[in-house]
Parts: sequence; C-alpha cells; structure tokens
Amino acid sequence: MHYLRLIARNLFLSILLLTVISAGNSLMAQDGKALFQSNCASCHNPIKVVTGPALKGVTDRVPDSKLLHAWIKNNAAVLATGNKYFTDLYNQYNKTSMNLFPNLSDAEIDAILKYVNSYQAPTAENGGGGATATQTESDNSLLYGILTIILAVIMLTLLQVNSNLRKLSDDKEGIPAAEPIPFYRNKSYITLVILLLFVVGGYYLVQGAIGLGRTKNYQPEQPIFYSHKVHAGINQISCLYCHGGAWESKHAAVPSLNVCMNCHAAINEYSGKEKLYREDGEEVDGTQEIQKLYSYTGYDPKSGKYTQPGKPIQWIKIHNLPDHVFFSHAQHIRAGKVQCQTCHGPIQEMNEVKQFAELSMGWCINCHRTTKVDFPDSTGNNGNKFYSIYEKFHKDIKAGDSITVEKIGGTECQKCHY
Amino acid sequence: MSKKYWQSFGEHSNSEAFQQSLENEFKEDLPLDGLDGKGLLDSKTPRRDFLKYLGFSTAAAALAASCEMPVKKVIPYVNKPEDLIPGVANYYATTYVSGGDAISVVAKVRDGRPIKLEGNELSSITKGGTSARVQAAVLDLYDTARLRHPKQFDGNVFQEVTSFEAFDKMIGEAMSGLAGAPVVLLTATITSPTTKQIISEFLAKNPGSRHVQYDSDSYSGLLLANEASYGKRAIPSYRFDNAKVIVSLGADFLGTWLSPVEFTKQYSTGRRINEKNPEMSKHYQFESLLSPTGANADNRYTHRPSETGAVALALLAELGGNVTAPALDEKTKAGVKKAAKDLLANKGKALVVCGSNNVNIQLVVNAINEAVGANGTTINWAAPAQIRQGIDSDFTSLIADLDAGKVGALLIYGVNPAYDYYDADKFKSALKKAKTTISFNDRLDETTELCKYVIPAPHFLESWGDAEIKTGYYSFIQPTIAPLFKTRAFEDSLLKWSGSTSTHEDYFKQYWITKLGGVEAYEKALQDGVVEPASSSVSGGSYNAGKLAEAAAAISATKKGGAFELMLYQKVSMGVGRQANNPWLLELPDPITKATWDNYVIVSPKVAKDKWGIDLSDRRQADKFEVHPERNVVKVKVGNKELTLPVLVIPGTHNNVIGIAVGFGRQSAKAENTGDYIGKAVVDAGKNAFAFASFNGTTIEWSTPDVSFDTTSELYKVAQTQTHNNYEGRTEVVKELTLEDFKKSPEEIIEERDEELKPYGGLKKFKEQGTLYGVYDKPGIHWGMSIDMNTCVGCNACVVACHAENNVPVVGKAEVLRYHDMHWIRIDRYFGTPTGSKLDEPDEVQVVFQPMLCQHCDNAPCENVCPVAATNHSSEGLNQMTYNRCIGTRYCANNCPFKVRRFNWADYTGADSFPDNQKGVVSDVTMMMTDDLTRMVLNPDVTVRSRGVIEKCSFCVQRLQEGKLKAKKENRPLKDMEDVRTACQQACPSDAIVFGNANDKESWISKTREDNEHRVFYALEELHVLPNVNYLAKVRNTEVIEAKEGKKEEAAAEKHA
Repeated sequence: MHYLRLIARNLFLSILLLTVISAGNSLMAQDGKALFQSNCASCHNPIKVVTGPALKGVTDRVPDSKLLHAWIKNNAAVLATGNKYFTDLYNQYNKTSMNLFPNLSDAEIDAILKYVNSYQAPTAENGGGGATATQTESDNSLLYGILTIILAVIMLTLLQVNSNLRKLSDDKEGIPAAEPIPFYRNKSYITLVILLLFVVGGYYLVQGAIGLGRTKNYQPEQPIFYSHKVHAGINQISCLYCHGGAWESKHAAVPSLNVCMNCHAAINEYSGKEKLYREDGEEVDGTQEIQKLYSYTGYDPKSGKYTQPGKPIQWIKIHNLPDHVFFSHAQHIRAGKVQCQTCHGPIQEMNEVKQFAELSMGWCINCHRTTKVDFPDSTGNNGNKFYSIYEKFHKDIKAGDSITVEKIGGTECQKCHY
Repeated sequence: MSKKYWQSFGEHSNSEAFQQSLENEFKEDLPLDGLDGKGLLDSKTPRRDFLKYLGFSTAAAALAASCEMPVKKVIPYVNKPEDLIPGVANYYATTYVSGGDAISVVAKVRDGRPIKLEGNELSSITKGGTSARVQAAVLDLYDTARLRHPKQFDGNVFQEVTSFEAFDKMIGEAMSGLAGAPVVLLTATITSPTTKQIISEFLAKNPGSRHVQYDSDSYSGLLLANEASYGKRAIPSYRFDNAKVIVSLGADFLGTWLSPVEFTKQYSTGRRINEKNPEMSKHYQFESLLSPTGANADNRYTHRPSETGAVALALLAELGGNVTAPALDEKTKAGVKKAAKDLLANKGKALVVCGSNNVNIQLVVNAINEAVGANGTTINWAAPAQIRQGIDSDFTSLIADLDAGKVGALLIYGVNPAYDYYDADKFKSALKKAKTTISFNDRLDETTELCKYVIPAPHFLESWGDAEIKTGYYSFIQPTIAPLFKTRAFEDSLLKWSGSTSTHEDYFKQYWITKLGGVEAYEKALQDGVVEPASSSVSGGSYNAGKLAEAAAAISATKKGGAFELMLYQKVSMGVGRQANNPWLLELPDPITKATWDNYVIVSPKVAKDKWGIDLSDRRQADKFEVHPERNVVKVKVGNKELTLPVLVIPGTHNNVIGIAVGFGRQSAKAENTGDYIGKAVVDAGKNAFAFASFNGTTIEWSTPDVSFDTTSELYKVAQTQTHNNYEGRTEVVKELTLEDFKKSPEEIIEERDEELKPYGGLKKFKEQGTLYGVYDKPGIHWGMSIDMNTCVGCNACVVACHAENNVPVVGKAEVLRYHDMHWIRIDRYFGTPTGSKLDEPDEVQVVFQPMLCQHCDNAPCENVCPVAATNHSSEGLNQMTYNRCIGTRYCANNCPFKVRRFNWADYTGADSFPDNQKGVVSDVTMMMTDDLTRMVLNPDVTVRSRGVIEKCSFCVQRLQEGKLKAKKENRPLKDMEDVRTACQQACPSDAIVFGNANDKESWISKTREDNEHRVFYALEELHVLPNVNYLAKVRNTEVIEAKEGKKEEAAAEKHA
C-alpha cells in the first residue's frame, strides 16, 4: 500500500513536470518576440519607421484581422486585389515590397502582433529590447537572492532559538543535556556547508568546463572602427551586399576591400547625426576611420586614384567554429531562410560587433529541433521543392502537423561533422 | 612419490643458488638514481618533490593550454577575383600529361589550390575516365622534392641560380662556346602542337640540331611495323567497343598498354550485360604473367615470352594465313584454335592487339588484324594516336653520337634515361662527353644530377599547353595555380634561347586564336578543355603484306628460351616510375599481387614448390606462408647483370617465367642523396629492373629468354594488403556464373540467394523476419550503391580517388606490414581454381575483383557495439562516423563483417600540435605527407583525423551534402548523377559504380537494380546487416567457373555421402 502511494505520487509529480515542460515548449513556439526578431526585425521596428512602417498599433490601423493576416502572409496577393490602404502604404514606402511569409501560421502572427502591440520603448538610453529584458531578469534574480538569504537567516535564527528553548526546557525538566557544541563544530552544519559547497562549486566547475573555448560576448577591437549600426542599421545596406558569400558558400566572408571602395570612393567622411562611441565610451571620429580604409587600399581621395599598392586588413575573427564542424551559410540563409540576426543578434544595432550566440552544439541542435522545414504546400507550390521527395511527411503536413528539421535528420552527426 | 613439476634444473635439485634467487625478486638492483643508499625521503629527489613538480607542471600546463583563446585573424582579399567565392570550388579543364600520356581532366580548385582531378567528360577519348596515376597526379604538384629554383653544377655541388636572366646569360655563353657542334633536344613523346612548333623554330635557329623522342616504355616495334604495313609510322586508334572478340597477345590494355583509360571505357561497353538480351564480348588473353587484363579475360593461356611470335604466327596460320608456326604446346595450340574460330566467326567485329615491342611480331599481328577484318572497323586509321612516337634506334644513335663527342649541347626534358634506359651506364658515360647539358626535369633525378644546368619546368597544373592525343583531337592545359616555385616552362626557355621576345603563354594563345579563328573560340576551347572533330569516322589504312614472309621467317628463327625466361612489366600504380615519389601510388596495392611499396620477382606456385618446397595447394602450408610477410630473396642473373629481390608466388604465372616490375628502385648516384633529390618516398622502394631489358638491334624488348636465379639466405618482408587469395567458394561473398548458364537460367542467382536465406524467411520475407530489430523507414533519401563486378577491371583508380577526396592518410611500409593500411576502399582479388588443383596449371586460374568499402548496412553490426555512439545510422541510410566522439575501442572494427573500418594507430596526418614529435613514430613518408607543402592537397571539407579514432568510407558525405544544397538552392528535387557522385564512382573508367537515391524510382541506382534484378546480390546477405551496397554478379563468357564448379562438386559429393 505504502509503495503504491509512492508510485502514485511519483507518477503525479512526473506528469506535472512533463506538463510544465511541454507547456513551456508550446509557449516558446509562439514566442512573439522571437518570431518578430527572426522574421520581421530586419525591416520593421515596433515604434520606429525603418524599411517598413512602425508596427505598434497596427491592429488598430487595420482592424480586419483576416486582411492583416493575409497581408503578412502574402502581401503581393493583397496588393493585387487593389486594397486602398495597403496600396497607399506600398507607395508611401517607395514601392519596396515586403517579403512573403507563407510559413507563418495564424497563431504565430497573432503572437507577433501581440508582442508588437505590447512593446514598450527601452528605458535605458543605450540598450535595445534585449538589454532591457536581461536587465529585468537579473533584477529578479537579485530579488530572489536577497529573499533567499533573508529566509535562510530567519531559518537559522529560528533553529538557534529552537535549540536554546529546548535546552532551557530540558534544564527545567532536569534532563541532562550534552555540552552545547558551537555551530561551527556541529557535524550537521559542517556536512550541510560541505554539501552546499560541493553543489555550488560543482555547478560552477561544470559550467566553466563547458564554457572552455566558448566566446559568447567576445567583442575585440578591430583594426578599423567599422560600425554595423551605421551601415546595416541606419543606412540599411543589405547584409548580402558585403557578405555575398553567405548566399553561395559556406563562408559569409569578410568583404574584400574593393567592395568597401564601391561606396567609399565617394563617401569620404562620416556625417551621420549619431556620434560613434566605442564600448569603453571613447568617441570615434568616423572620417578618420574612413581614412584608415584609404591607407589600406592605397587610395588617394584628393586625386581619386589608387596611388599606393593595397594591403589587406587583418580583421579579428569573432565567430569561430571548431575545424571539425561543417557549417554552411548558404544552407541556412538560402535553403533554411534564416535571418542573419537569428545567430548574429541585433547586428544592425552594434557599433562594434560582438558574438551574440553561444555557437555551441546544444545551441545549434535546439534550433534544429524547433525550426520547421520549408515543405511545399499541398499544391506543390511555395516552399522548397527539394523537400517534395519526403512523401511520407506530406500527410502529416496536411493534417496540420509541423515537420521540424530534426525529423528529416537535421540532428544527425554527419549533417555537420564529416 | 608425488609428482613434481619443475622449470629448471636448479629448481629440480633445489640448489643453493636457486634458493637465493627465490629470495631476490629482482635480479638486479632497482635503478633508483640519487638514493645513495639512504631512505626514499632523504634522497636527492624525494617522492614529495616529485609530487610537487608533478602538480605544478600539470597546473601550469592546464593554465597555459586552456585559459587563453588564441586570437584568430580573418584576412579578406584587397581585390577579390570576380569568379572566386571563398569556400566554393572552381573547376578548370586541363590535361594530365606524363611522358607521352595525355588525358583530359578537370581540376577542382578550392580557394586557389588544386585538390582533385576528375576526368573530363567532354573528351570523346576517355569520356571522363581516369586512372590511378591521373588521380595521384595532383599530389605530385605538392611534392617536396621538386626543385625550387634553377641550378648550376659548379663541379662540386648544385648552386642556386638567382634569376632567370642570369641563367639565360650562362646558357647564352655556353651555347656560343659550342663552336657549331650540334644541339640535341631529348624529350619524351611530345603531343603538343605548340611545343612542336616552338621546337622546330628552335632547331631552325641552331643549324645541325635535332630533336630525339625517347619513350621508356617504347612502342617502336608497333610504330615500325605499321610503317611497313600501312605506310604510316603511327599507332591507330583501337575500338574495343566495336569488337565482339578481343584477342590480346600479352598486351595489358586495361592496365598499362598504350591508353588504358580509353580502352577500359571501350571494353566496359562490351562487358556490360543487358539482362533482356544477355550478350558480351569474348576476350582471349595469351600472356606470360598474370596481368590485370589477363585477370579479366574469359579465356587465358600462358606461354613463354619467347613464344609470343610463335603464338601470333599460329593464330595467323589458323586464320588461313600462308605461314607455318613453330611448335607450341598442346594447350596453347588449342587456345589458338579456339580464338581463331571465334575471330573468324566475327570478322569485322574482332580485334587483336599485341604488347610486344618486336617489329616482326607486330607485323604478324597486323596481318592477323587484316585477316579478321579489323582494319577499318576496330582499328581506326582516321585518327591515329599521337601518344607514343619515340623510336628506339634514334636514341641508340644519339648515344653513339654523344659517345663520339659529336653532340655540343644536350637539352633533356621529361626523360630520365640514366634510370630507365636498359644500358644506363653507357648513357651516363656518353652524357659526360657532351659539352653542355641542360635539364628541364622537375627534380634532381638520376639524369638531371649529371647535367650542368637545371631549369625546372613547372607541373602541368601550373602550366599552359596543349596535347594532340589523336590526330585532330586536342586537349588543353591551363594553369590552375600560380607556379609554386621559381620554375619556367620548357617552351619559355626555348623561345628565349631562340631569340624570341614572346612568352609561351602569348605564343600559345596566339597559336590557338589563329587556329580556331577568334578569341571566343579559343576561350571556349579552354573552358571545354577539348577541341575535337565534329564527327568521328572509322576508316582503315591501305595494307601491304610485303614484309610478312620476312617477319615470319625471323620469328621462326627465334632462339628457344632457357629453363626460365624473364618478363618485365609495369604496375598500374608505378608505370615506368615517372611519378615515383608519390606515396599514394606507392601504397596502392597492386591489383594482382596486392603488394605495396616494393617490386619483387613473381614466380608460379609450381616454381615455389620445386625450389623451396612451398606447396600452396596444401592448406596448412599455404596458411603458414600467407600469414608471414617474410619472403625468400633471390639473386636474379641475366648475363653479367644481377638483382636481389624478394619472391612473390602468384598463380597464373607461366611455370617457366619469372616477372619483375619496372618503375621502382629510383636512386641517386650517391644513395644517401636519394631522399633529397628524388624524394623521401622512393628510398628503399624496390629495385631498378630496367637493366634487364634488351636491345634486339631495332627495338628494346622487355623480356629475356634466359635467366637464372639463386636463393639467398636472406628474407625480406613484402607488405601485402591481402594475403589470403581464395574466396573458398563462398558464394555469399562473390557470385559468378558463365554467360551460357546465365542465358539458360537467369534466375540462378535469385534462387541461390533464396536458398541461402531460407532459414530466415527466404528472400521475400527476409528483411522483416530475419531480425529482432525493428525495421525503420527512410523518408526522403536512401543512398545506395551498385557495383558491377562484370565491368570492374580492378584498375584501382577509385582507391586513389578516395585518397584524394577524403584525406585518407598514407601509413608507410612498416605500418602496411602490420595491416594498418588506411584505404577506405580496397579491391579484393580472388583466385579461382578447380577443386583439388595442384596449382601447377597457370591457365586454369580465374580472377575476380571485388571492390570492398563500407557497405553502409541499414542494420549495421558496428553501430550496436560502439560504447559512445560514435558510429550510428542516419535517416538517409548512411553509417555515420563521428570522429570527435570516437574513443578508439575498435569494437566496431572487430564487429564489421566486411573489415572496412580503419584505425588511426598513429598520428598519420600531423594533427598533433607539436611539430616533429612524430618523427620516428611514423615513417618518413608519412612525415613527408604532413609537410606544410604536401598538406595543401587536403580537402578542406573533410576532417583530418587524428590518432586514436576509427575512420571508414562515408559515401563521400561532403559531396552528398553539397549536392543536396545545390538542389535546395535551385529549388528542385535532387537530380541523379548531376548533383551527387562519389569520388570512386566519378574516377571509375568503366562506370562499374552507380550511386544515388534508391528511394527515387527514376534514379540511376534504382534503374540499375531493377534492370539487373537477376544479378543483384549483397555480400554476406544472410547476416541480415542489410547493406546499402549491392553487387552485380560476374558473368564470364567462358565454359566453366573454376571456383564454383568445385563448390558444386563438393556439394554433390556431400549429398551422395
């Protein structure tokens, strides 16, 4: 009987645990923020006009949610119907057409819209949305930490009081008590402290060992202060203009200097409104940095000619994968349609690039587990026709199931290690 | 009295000394330095100090190693070439040239480095086929022994010449000091029309000068015979694809004779079986040693080399020629009769080729071909081959001129007579009499080190050029990398020295723009790599039998050979030794002997029995012989020339013939220089057998009618990768049947398989019923490979291709001796002989080649035993190997029924972070392969494995991933052949390997399995490992399968018993 109860309790606990985990998973899948970051953030900001309009309040501007969903999924089709609001919008933004998102489900779009509408401008002057979020998180943990310490102190005090009281009552009742042992020689305390040290020390040791060779947040000083914020953020230069290799090759590659000079032959000074600062707060003279580029390329801006032989810039590599990992940018950008920001973070907001993601295997695998395969729809259109050979899964897709990269072998060893 | 066991007499008698020795456990004092008889703690280095140092150094090492991440740089181009994307390979059409050989290839260039050669499919000659040597040529580019700048011999040593101008000045002075003495250009066969023109311009500038072409594997006999028979000193194109009956008189046309890649391609079309209408060509081979070609023959007959002419005459006589042949033994005679009958029955669809370099024999062969209607059908005079033009007598007269001091300057390009001429000493002494000697060879080889000036020519992958492989069939050479060293093209030097201001590149460009009629046509030609006539026609030459009677008389007068005759031959790997310092080729097992790194004397089992009493037909003796690599060493004597070599016993060798491969034994004048001058890999690799060739007055022949050999007391280890030669009638591994049987009962193989699988549910239910494991489906892609044992000729091109593609390491001879060879694909060679054969009859030996690689079993036994799941299965049917997980237990290798898993016993690839700490651990050759220069050949898409991990065939997963990505990028399903091909498949000159997605009903692999359903089988199928590699049974166009008949008889005998 006792056993049965134990089993029942364990069962209940594990079911509870599973429910919580799976609930967490489904919550994650519909995480509007993540979806926004990976799908929309390259052209939209909730409260700023970027390539496209600021999105906050879009549901008020377009109350017909069906229409809005249709627009997000396939804006070309909506434009074709001649909808006035959207046609005007299209013209207002210089006829820059929006990407198609046929893969987004209605639930996902709702999650995005919800995130967008509830978006608050970041309070801190420098930080973006991400920074704010981490701030709140660390605030919480501090709070919990203080709370834990207070509770622990109370508990210890109460324990001490309890033992004193017992001693008093024992004295009163005449029960001989052993000589009180100071708490630092109390074996229970010592055991407790050792256990605690072991757990905490072990945790940090394991974390440290796992972290060996990982360089998240690595942000070295580069030979030229090249600001992605100025280029990709403010001036909206497409990532592929410079990192064209990402479209064709495994390497995105740092652009050769002739690519820089396509623009900088004409742009020889920095006249942006925003002042440039290094991470340590030192102000940077943008024009001076452009001059550095000229010295590398051997370009004389006065005569407009290359007067010196060029020499390559030795940039410091930030994103390093071990040699035994095969990673192809083309596979992710072109076949997988992953946004640059998914792995590189809000690069368009970085003056100095820092490593955003962990670039660990677990991090890779997690994405492969949750990312859906770009299957063609039932008519054989859209999606990537390469996947049309996965006939087995077609039924599942029709039934509304989603097929993740993992299901077609995306987490197998030789997808990346060979 | 109780029993007493004793180990020594001391123990037995319990002597005092024995008692004492019992008390002292250690016979000698323990070697503890610095103890001075005091206790451990008081000694100079007490235990505590030791522990302190240990702790400190561990902590220091840990800190130094792990806490600081190295700063990595990324350095982009200043000005990136437009057509280059870092990480994406570019392909350039070019041409492999080596001696006269020229094969159109496509070089894969990754980030500026050529790393792989593939056949050029636009060439109608080789149609994308390659050979082992072509595949290995890319490694020669990164050879550490190549000369890095021009040199001049100052009387003692070779001094560097710092600039080409200085060199030109020296040559100018030397040339002007000749005082009118003629200049001679000594080259191998030149197929390049531009080079020929440059040479003729150079000759015109130097009156009295001449150009001599010297081929170390000479075809002068054939050239001269054709001159007599057809009025053209040329070699016609052979069309093996048009021949229904092929008779080869000692020509190894699938291995080393003339143009093996082209011939293999053609031959395979006649050997491929169409199940609906099973027909195939009939191939007779008459030879003395077992060649790869003979191994593929349907009927094979052996004879003495001195009888080659007699066999040819007998064949001509049988065909109705008005000649009488000298006597032959009965078996050969019967074979000749049979061949003649088939030839006559297939007039106009028959071809006879002969490997002899004797003019008379070739004259008879021409008459035979005339008689069987080959001229104009299987022999094409419309486009003669240009790849051999050297005439032996030209070279002998050059030596005479040199010796007489009649030659002023000798310019040597691409030949090495000091090594490969039969009378090298004579050449060497004659060479000294030339006033000036200039070599253009790429290293200080045997000839170059005797020259005064050396100006190395670049490798073909660094050069411009062209080759006219056949008349009207051009193949182009364009550089795939800037010259690695200070080298200058031979043509550039000639232009400079004939006073031209043009460079070779401009000259070449101008020549072809004019010839092709415009820059566009020229650029297209470079892009395609070939220019060929719009239509190919087959036409004959006008035949003249004038010299036949004379030839027949000469042959009849041939002296009879002695007790033993010697036959020299080429290995498919080494050839005549031009690519000698190529570890990929040296470690490549010979198709027949399976030996690496050496040459040796080949004898028949009967000789072994008679001479050394080794009876290989006796199982015990054979096993004992096979497991030990030590081989008897013999001293071979021809006249006053001697050579000491180990002996290998090879069935199929004529009982009165011994064979030695040429191309080995490269050695500098001072033996200790060999490693630096010629290359580290050639040191101690075999002996030079060229000296055993003989000059018959007109041509050089590679056989000697009288040879003797004495056994020495020495033993020598020969590194063979396969020592057991018989598949013991195990039809689960190899299935073969005769064409007749196959026609009669096409279901035979299926029935056989059903019989084998009967205990496990029979063929139909086997997959589900034969296992306890679940059956998993493979959605999307299921990779599969099919290997046709009928078309596989065992040429080994795939093995080297795999080396290049997958960074397979070279281990060196000492490691091969321990069976540590690393080849991911090997070609198993089995001999088949009748049951109870005494192995005395060389003619009854049949050979099967079976390429064996990881079978990617869907129910792989290796996967189940890996304790760390380093090898597991992919949803696409790949048996994956994850090197970073592997901890080296080798359980998988032990559990693999095909023995295809390879273990890195040492750091063969230089993955270890400390330079040179592997010296002495791995061989010098392996060290050479880990040189920074040599490592440039590595494929950057494939991990270089470190010590202690297992590796094996991955089905070229990097290519599969690339192909899939290509399809995804183009938004379409995977296309067979276009997107994915494995390296072995692409290299195969006979298209024996088919690979693709077996789930796709339209793919080539599915079609192959469907069209050949009667021949499909899986090796060791009854194990239920469910391989993804299938084989197609070998069909022989002969009367009996020797090995199988034995099995059948055995089975029948068992039934009766």
